[in-house]
Amino acid sequence: MEELKQQLAEILTPDRKDRSQLIPILQQIQGKLGYLSPEAMLAVAEFVEIPGSTVYGIATFYNQFRFTPLGKHPVKVCMGTACHLAGGKLVLEAMARELDIEVSGITPDHDFSLDRVACIGCCALAPVVVIDDSVYPRMTPPKVEEVLVSVKPASQEQSEKQ
Amino acid sequence: MTFEEIQKQAKSDWDSLYHGEVPHILIGTATCGRAAGALPVVEAFNKELATRNAQAKVTEVGCIGLCSLEPLVTIIKPGSFTVCYNSVTPQVVSTLVEGYVLGDDPCLELALGTVEGGEGEAVYIPELSKFEHELRLILRNCGYINPGNINHYIVNGGYNGLAKALKMEPMAIIEEVKKSGLRGRGGAGFPTGIKWELCRQASSEIKYVICNADEGDPGAFMDRVVLESDPQQVIEGMIVAGYAVGARDGFIYIRAEYPLAIERLKVALEQAEKLGLLGDSILGSDFSFHIKIAQGAGAFVSGAETALMMAIEGKRSMPRPRPPYPVESGLWGKPTLLNNVKTYAYVPLILSHGAEWFSSMGSEGSKGTAVFALAGKMVNTGLAEVAMGTTLQELIFDIGGGIWGGKQFKAVQIGGPSGGCLPQSMLDTPVDFDSLREAGAIMGSGGVIAMDEGNCMVDAAKFFLDFTQKESCGKCTTCRLGTKQMLDILEDVTAGRGRIEDVDLLVELAEDVRDGSLCGLGRTAPNPVLTTIRYFRDEYEAHILEKRCPALVCKELIAYYILPDKCERGCEHCVLGCPVEAITTNEKGIKVIDQTKCTKCGSCELVCPPEYNAVVRLSPPSLVPSSQVKESDGVIPEEK
Ligand SMILES: Cc1cc2nc3c(=O)[nH]c(=O)nc-3n(C[C@H](O)[C@H](O)[C@H](O)COP(=O)(O)O)c2cc1C
Ligand code: FES
Repeated sequence: MEELKQQLAEILTPDRKDRSQLIPILQQIQGKLGYLSPEAMLAVAEFVEIPGSTVYGIATFYNQFRFTPLGKHPVKVCMGTACHLAGGKLVLEAMARELDIEVSGITPDHDFSLDRVACIGCCALAPVVVIDDSVYPRMTPPKVEEVLVSVKPASQEQSEKQ
Repeated sequence: MTFEEIQKQAKSDWDSLYHGEVPHILIGTATCGRAAGALPVVEAFNKELATRNAQAKVTEVGCIGLCSLEPLVTIIKPGSFTVCYNSVTPQVVSTLVEGYVLGDDPCLELALGTVEGGEGEAVYIPELSKFEHELRLILRNCGYINPGNINHYIVNGGYNGLAKALKMEPMAIIEEVKKSGLRGRGGAGFPTGIKWELCRQASSEIKYVICNADEGDPGAFMDRVVLESDPQQVIEGMIVAGYAVGARDGFIYIRAEYPLAIERLKVALEQAEKLGLLGDSILGSDFSFHIKIAQGAGAFVSGAETALMMAIEGKRSMPRPRPPYPVESGLWGKPTLLNNVKTYAYVPLILSHGAEWFSSMGSEGSKGTAVFALAGKMVNTGLAEVAMGTTLQELIFDIGGGIWGGKQFKAVQIGGPSGGCLPQSMLDTPVDFDSLREAGAIMGSGGVIAMDEGNCMVDAAKFFLDFTQKESCGKCTTCRLGTKQMLDILEDVTAGRGRIEDVDLLVELAEDVRDGSLCGLGRTAPNPVLTTIRYFRDEYEAHILEKRCPALVCKELIAYYILPDKCERGCEHCVLGCPVEAITTNEKGIKVIDQTKCTKCGSCELVCPPEYNAVVRLSPPSLVPSSQVKESDGVIPEEK
């Protein structure tokens, strides 16, 4: 809790006690923590002086916000029009099967989380998957395992270094 | 600085790069370029130039609209012709540096073609069918200038419109915009000049100008490309609008999914402010205007104007009934002018070239050009700007290059989730606001998605409805429940549980949803369903009556089958590629799919080597020979 307070202190600065700052504040918190925890939302409610339920209501209205932690490597499968027509759904299913989690879920080791997104503007390269900040173009179910393996060893190396 | 001084300074900056003594390398690094690997290419160039101690400049530019050929690199060489290379990888960078930056070999075998001063056999890019059929106004600088350098915009005519506007009476500007015939590019096509006039007439000390950059259509990316490739034109348009309607503050509402566009906008705003083109006392006049960025949080309905303002105010963005219109009572209850990204982008051009110039282009009721994002099964996926009134045929075949992989064109979806699917017979429809509406589609956001014989129209309708149903804010009952009920019916149809009455029921529900909803989301959500029924009723009937998906897409209605006489027997690709171990080898060595285990993921079809092509989809699934439905006698599981 103390740790959270400290993390939020930088975002919840006195000049932002304004209702129109609510969404930008939530966006910044998510940017920092990867998701909106109940504690964080309550802290924001107290700060902007509106009920916690209102903050929750607003956060759940927008697709951008998530309420479960993000994996070390967030996987986002595009479900926009172009990607759908090029077989994006099969890619999403393959991803879910390979990671053995549901959409919006996270693997037990917290390495991967899986989400769907609507069009990231790379329709010309459909279907696409985004992992970390890299875009993987022209995906197919058989390529899924390959791509995940290429992401994972890198992370293991990193954690070994630490 | 006076505007003339600003222009002069811009020119010398530009000339040193584009007409300088050393080669100049342009690399497209918009989102599409980055996805294709443009950043490692930039890095490779910088490294290669440094190690060879070569004198050359590298500039990151936006997107010229050939997204499928990214990364694109253009080399401008003093005293020689300009060459553009496509699909560049870091591996070929040293060849290009050695060949053309340092030497005299233009490496034409790696090139898409030449841009200026052609060379013998090389393709001359401006003569490519795509560019011959385009008419570029707001895309004119995209992929050519550095979006992070305001001087590049100014040299190419930028901020002329604003300089001119500041010497005009606000009403005269509005008259000019009215005369040009400009209609809003956000979808509905409302006459821009009239909207400005209404906002001007609203009496209030405080007014706002908002730019709608929410671009929520999941298959459209024009606004993103404009903002990533030439953001200043949008800013200039907003400043002119602010002056014309009497506002001092502006907001750009942009979706958070566009981080690069946001970054480039921030830089662009800073640079405009530094030169005194934005901020207090613009160009020494007594007009001040400030612009802030507000980031969307991912809700399609936020793109609807009244909902968008709720989002900026920090509330759940739900549309409200109009009137009052935003021009009377908008953001925080103040008169607010709201236009789309592209609408603002046209304004500086109209002011510098005049209303007549603009209205000389386009068709009767729709003046100027339209920008489309071409995606789906087209050869040249990317961006295109054409005169209003160009036909769909030209757009898809002459510019888009036709259907990919030699397949047959089936339909084009235009206007996103609010738009419609049009068949081959409608390809001579001109693209403008009125013709498209008549055909049952809409101009909408400008997403154009081509579908081929391998796309199921019922599945496509279901996809769009699934999107709008999820995005419905839930305020209007007909929208919230009606779209859900329609979706349930479509689920049934695609799963082979449909009844023939369902088709008419869908039409009936569609009318209820359209008539009973407050905002454009609900009012247009039925369009994809209505147009697919209107033009592809036979596909609905095949799903319902024959339990057959003609395009072989709907999972419940297809089965994967390995053709025994095509199976190579020795090869194990499908067996290894199947994630659920549903494929075994029978006593003849032929691979057989256990239909009860198969999840229809399609992996076997993708991994079966193209020279055998043994895996096919059958619909209805009953076409699979009965001996193969289950692991039966004669089929022995693969030996371990
Ligand atoms: C559900 C819905 C989503 C919309 N999304 C957008 C959008 O992403 N971008 C946009 O410019 N207009 C969008 N609009 C249209 C806006 O409400 C508004 O008409 C438009 O931005 C006005 O600008 P214009 O006059 O320049 O066209 C949307 C409308 C609805 C009903
Ligand atoms: S639909 Fe996937 S990137 Fe546009």
